[in-house]
Amino acid sequence: MSHPTGVRINNDLLRPLLLTSWRFYLLVAFFGGFVVAGGIAWGSQIYYGFGIAGLKWPIYWAFYVTNFVFWIGISHAGTLISAILRLVNAGWRRPVTRCAEVITVFALMIGAMFPIIHLGRPWLAFWLFPYPSDRLIWPNFRSPLVWDFFAINTYLTGSILFLLLPMIPDFAVVRDKSTGLRRRIYRIVALGWRGTPKQWHRLESAMQIMAIAIIPVAVSVHTIVSFDFSMAPIPMWNTTIFGPYFVAGAIFSGIAGLLIAMAVLRKFLHLEDYLHPVHFENLGKLLLVMALLWGYFVFNERLVTYYGNGPAEMTVFWQTQRRSFAPLYWTMVFGNFVLPLVLMGIRRFRTITGCVIASLGVVVGMWLERFLIIVPSLGNKYLPYSFGSYSPQPAEIVVTVATFAAMALLYVLFAKFIPIISIWELKAGEHPSPVLIPPATEEHRLGELHL
Amino acid sequence: MPRWGMAADLDRCNGCGACVVACHAENNISTVGPEEAARGRAKHWLRVERYWEGDFPDVRVTFRPVLCQHCDNAPCEPVCPTYASHHTEEGLNAQVYNRCIGTRYCANACPYNARFFDFFNPSWDKPLHLQLNPDVSLRMVGVVEKCTFCVQRINGAQVQAKAEGRGVRDGEIQPACAQSCPSRALVFGDLDDPESQASRLSRSPRGSHLLEDTGSRPKVAYLARQA
Repeated sequence: MSHPTGVRINNDLLRPLLLTSWRFYLLVAFFGGFVVAGGIAWGSQIYYGFGIAGLKWPIYWAFYVTNFVFWIGISHAGTLISAILRLVNAGWRRPVTRCAEVITVFALMIGAMFPIIHLGRPWLAFWLFPYPSDRLIWPNFRSPLVWDFFAINTYLTGSILFLLLPMIPDFAVVRDKSTGLRRRIYRIVALGWRGTPKQWHRLESAMQIMAIAIIPVAVSVHTIVSFDFSMAPIPMWNTTIFGPYFVAGAIFSGIAGLLIAMAVLRKFLHLEDYLHPVHFENLGKLLLVMALLWGYFVFNERLVTYYGNGPAEMTVFWQTQRRSFAPLYWTMVFGNFVLPLVLMGIRRFRTITGCVIASLGVVVGMWLERFLIIVPSLGNKYLPYSFGSYSPQPAEIVVTVATFAAMALLYVLFAKFIPIISIWELKAGEHPSPVLIPPATEEHRLGELHL
Repeated sequence: MPRWGMAADLDRCNGCGACVVACHAENNISTVGPEEAARGRAKHWLRVERYWEGDFPDVRVTFRPVLCQHCDNAPCEPVCPTYASHHTEEGLNAQVYNRCIGTRYCANACPYNARFFDFFNPSWDKPLHLQLNPDVSLRMVGVVEKCTFCVQRINGAQVQAKAEGRGVRDGEIQPACAQSCPSRALVFGDLDDPESQASRLSRSPRGSHLLEDTGSRPKVAYLARQA
């Protein structure tokens, strides 16, 4: 296993920025096409009326809110994992942190679109802002949706800072390696970085503060997202387990998303020397832990409901366990529990391919989990006369597909303009104050440190 | 300050549906057409639920008119991010259409499914468009609407009573559903007035409230069937 250093790191990691092939344009056009289709779908939903979506009485939340929770969940990949690994100073994190943090920012941006997409009158979304209105009307601070607004904005702001701070030295590297317009742009975003000890020290302090501050924010965000459901007196929603259950699920799907992104980057940007099998193996172990935790939460939720045997809750319970939602439910159990347990639990399968297969199962499973929390409860709420069923319509499906394309598009563009692996952190051996950061290439040799 | 409520005598309700029609006419509830209705987009602020007991041929059918229960501890109110759904001083569970941005959270939180989302701008099958009620505002696409206990009639009666220098008499206010009920199954009135007919019926030993165990403290009492 080779450990590239110095000039080679610069060359390898700056190559995607400086050389553009036709494949890049093809990818942008491909994903961009889906994003445009999603925009058209949303536009026609506004133009023709919300009725072109599949929602109906009494199921007023479905695909859009599923996507909202799903993407906010995916966003827990990055910042949280990266912050924890930074704090425990795990050397193997160095090539992983940035691609993780980027997922957070983009997934949050996509997730935060959905509360607006799903509004009946999205042009009035600014009423959620606590702005000084001339009629002295504030948002209702008792509403979990307003808590969402504040939680997501705090998390997005924090995540962007957390992503941007360690990019400054890399912007300076690009600035120094490039010419013309590119040089002028990167000079601005490098914020006058010269690499003096004082600047390094300030960056380190800022990163430390952000890493500590972002963890409680990340945990609170998904707890508050779970409050959207658990605060309402709806069967199978009104439960105290939802906070930790959602946080665990979010980290779970986040790791899966990160593993898929890393595998794709490794293959297409030829980063085999930087993203080693050990990174996948370590994250795969984390995935295994979260799969067990997820199974534990689901077991708790289900058993308590079953034992309590309340008629309203048992109606929803059997809907998912045995009746119309059972195929989706057991697919979810397979993808979220059986598959990762087998693939990540047996050392022989804990390869890059194994990790990607398990992660795909988890991503599908976690999307289904959110759908199965939302729709069966709303469709089987108390009075049997008002039970209903739901099937998605083209508008919702196109918008859902478009979000995945949007994620891919943003990722492609990001990898084009910013080194996807933190150059200076990899080269930390050249750091002027090695006390602050143990060099990756010396004490914490890639591959030797295990979780 | 009155506290408006209703009593529904299930012994008297024969499921004729006159209340549903009257409610549509009084409150300008748009008719969505057969296709949309089949897709579950019909908006019946008041619906007559039918439940069958027993096996054929020994079947007994029970009708239960379900409308917004104007809960004292309404789950729909705290969840609204813009105060579109709120409690009035007279205990009504009010919906400000102009303030609604259509999160539909209230409709999800309502245990009775008594709230309805407008999927399209309103339209009426001809000639229903000629009988719109000028006292009731129309709702545009993207907002949630629901039973108001015919708040326009409540306000109208209160203004009239004040002009004549007297209080509102019991039975003076009739929501469209109660007014049109041929068997007088629905009785509307002030629950804080111990003498009002609605108040007396609500205290009847036959009385119970729908889904009381959700803690919503509804203001519609249902009098159990005896016959």
